[in-house]
Amino acid sequence: MVMWVTVKLFATFRENRFKEARREYPPGTTVADVATGLEIDHDLIGMIFIHGRAAELDRVLEEGDVLALFPLLGGG
Amino acid sequence: MPKVIRINMTDLSVRTDEAPEAWGGLGGRALTSTVVAAEVPPTCHPLGPNNKLVFAPGLLSGTAAGNAGRMSAGAKSPLTGTIKESNAGGTCGRMLGRLDIKAIIIEGQPASTDTWYQIRISGEGVVIEPEAETVGMNNFAVLESVARRYGEDKGVITIGSAGENLMMISNISTRDPEGKLRSFGRGGLGAVMGSKRIKFITIDQEGTRPVPLVDSAAFKAANMVFTKALKDHPVSGQGLPTYGTAVLVNILHEIGGLPTRNFTSGQCEHHDMISGEHMYDTIVARGGEPTHGCSLGCVIQCSQVYNDKDGNYLTSGFEYETIWAYGADCLIDNLDLIAECDNVMDDLGVDSIETPVMFGVAMEAGLLKFGDGTEVLRMLREEIGKATPLGRILGGGTGHVGKTYGVARVPVVKNQAIPAYDPRSVKGIGVTYATTTQGADHTAGYAVATNVLNVGGKVDPLSNEGQVELSRNLQIATAAIDSTGLCLFIAFPALDIAECLPATVDMLNARFGTKLTMDDVVGLGKTVLKLEHEFNLAAGIGPEQDRLPEFFELEAIAPHNVKWDMEQKELASFWNF
Ligand code: SF4
Repeated sequence: MVMWVTVKLFATFRENRFKEARREYPPGTTVADVATGLEIDHDLIGMIFIHGRAAELDRVLEEGDVLALFPLLGGG
Repeated sequence: MPKVIRINMTDLSVRTDEAPEAWGGLGGRALTSTVVAAEVPPTCHPLGPNNKLVFAPGLLSGTAAGNAGRMSAGAKSPLTGTIKESNAGGTCGRMLGRLDIKAIIIEGQPASTDTWYQIRISGEGVVIEPEAETVGMNNFAVLESVARRYGEDKGVITIGSAGENLMMISNISTRDPEGKLRSFGRGGLGAVMGSKRIKFITIDQEGTRPVPLVDSAAFKAANMVFTKALKDHPVSGQGLPTYGTAVLVNILHEIGGLPTRNFTSGQCEHHDMISGEHMYDTIVARGGEPTHGCSLGCVIQCSQVYNDKDGNYLTSGFEYETIWAYGADCLIDNLDLIAECDNVMDDLGVDSIETPVMFGVAMEAGLLKFGDGTEVLRMLREEIGKATPLGRILGGGTGHVGKTYGVARVPVVKNQAIPAYDPRSVKGIGVTYATTTQGADHTAGYAVATNVLNVGGKVDPLSNEGQVELSRNLQIATAAIDSTGLCLFIAFPALDIAECLPATVDMLNARFGTKLTMDDVVGLGKTVLKLEHEFNLAAGIGPEQDRLPEFFELEAIAPHNVKWDMEQKELASFWNF
């Protein structure tokens, strides 16, 4: 059993990685697992959105989720 | 002793007074709003002789404090009918600080409209002279003319043709350290300066000495703590310097808060083409500067220099709001075209939020097509720039164009255009739009920080809960920061790093020998908001105008399918403090 998750990366997280990719994960995978797999330091993560809603690192992903990871950013 | 300069344009007289003692602890917005509230009849016509235009550097202007290069302009706004404060970077705030000028208050207006004037301010005094050469010129030409006639090193405050033509979308521009433009953007202040027949003001700081500090060792120590906080925080230390504010495009798209096609969707298909990431790559590839300051002493440097594909300067200070408004709200998917629009707007002297949001409504009205950046450029140059009858309709701003063409979806509060965050999906900023004394203005209480960016805690952007309190606290803090001359972006570290704000209070105390506490500074913020609110009430702008346009309650926005549904009673509780 696998599930497909769309992972979107932004700003510095894109460096040497990708903008957007459909990726396969085993069931039970958390946001933290995805970040670890991409070698993204958890401390650098500022915003996590799943389908445009805020989520936490320990959130268990589901088939078809769209996960967006941003470093801490701001503007105005 | 700090001075206050009063320039009377009715009889062309100048009076220089010592600043009243009561103004000792006031600067920036606190001072412009105090003067406007005390001296401008709230019911006056904003373009008549009874309005006053006030410039005030911040309390820390002219010192070595990091990011202290902002100064305020205030008046009754012709766009909103409310009190208005607008602040900008550039070189003048610092110079006024060094000249020990606390405020420039411009009163009255010439009886005849035949003559334009220039005003030159230096340590020796003030000169008012008729001005002919630059009349009819736009801002870049004015800067050139001033540099040629009076020297490259002068601070300049100017209006372009839009201000001369008394348009509601006009702003006041000021020279930045590189000879480009920054603006006191919002509320049509360019028309107020134009109504007083002033084309430009120069500031000459020659012969001035560094601003005296009561305790320079304590000042230095506090400034070190402060600057360290700015550099340590990921937003002010890395995000803003690298990507500028345009990094918000992808964030707001992702959470469904990027108003698109005149506020009919919360997401924009071509978001990546107009994103901060794309802008950064483009700037670097073309030999521009991604990291740049709008004023001396800026540690954060959110600004940038954007070149065209041949590597020639196209624009600078290219901000999220402008990029959002043309890119998503008007659907122009070409960053170069947007940069050109930005440059033309700087030159004409028009607000880079009001103007493109107005174009969004004009597109909905069918005056031009969504996405047609070339026609926007033509209308900017040929209609607004030449003040044709159509140009004057467009120059009346978003609300005016909506009325003229019978559009019901008009994103304004108190007749000022709503900026780049949809209040249905970022509810905290909706509270700020509805309640601020300024008309729709995101900077007045930037709830996006806590609703979306996870700075200063977390408050769910899709729920009404906690939003009024959040907006209130931010609006109070902002009013205080706007009074110091510090750039508002210091709020990012200030919301997260405990030593940051106390360090600014320590700097104030070391500068003036005062014993202010954090509570005093918060108290100042409250006082400013209340006196602005009272001015608005007396001007006839009551609680029934503290609301969002009806279409936000009627139309759900994709992707979260949300409407604006905050009770008016809850909004009214904003003023319980
Ligand atoms: S951070 Fe940006 S707005 Fe603030 S002073 Fe620096 S360049 Fe200007």
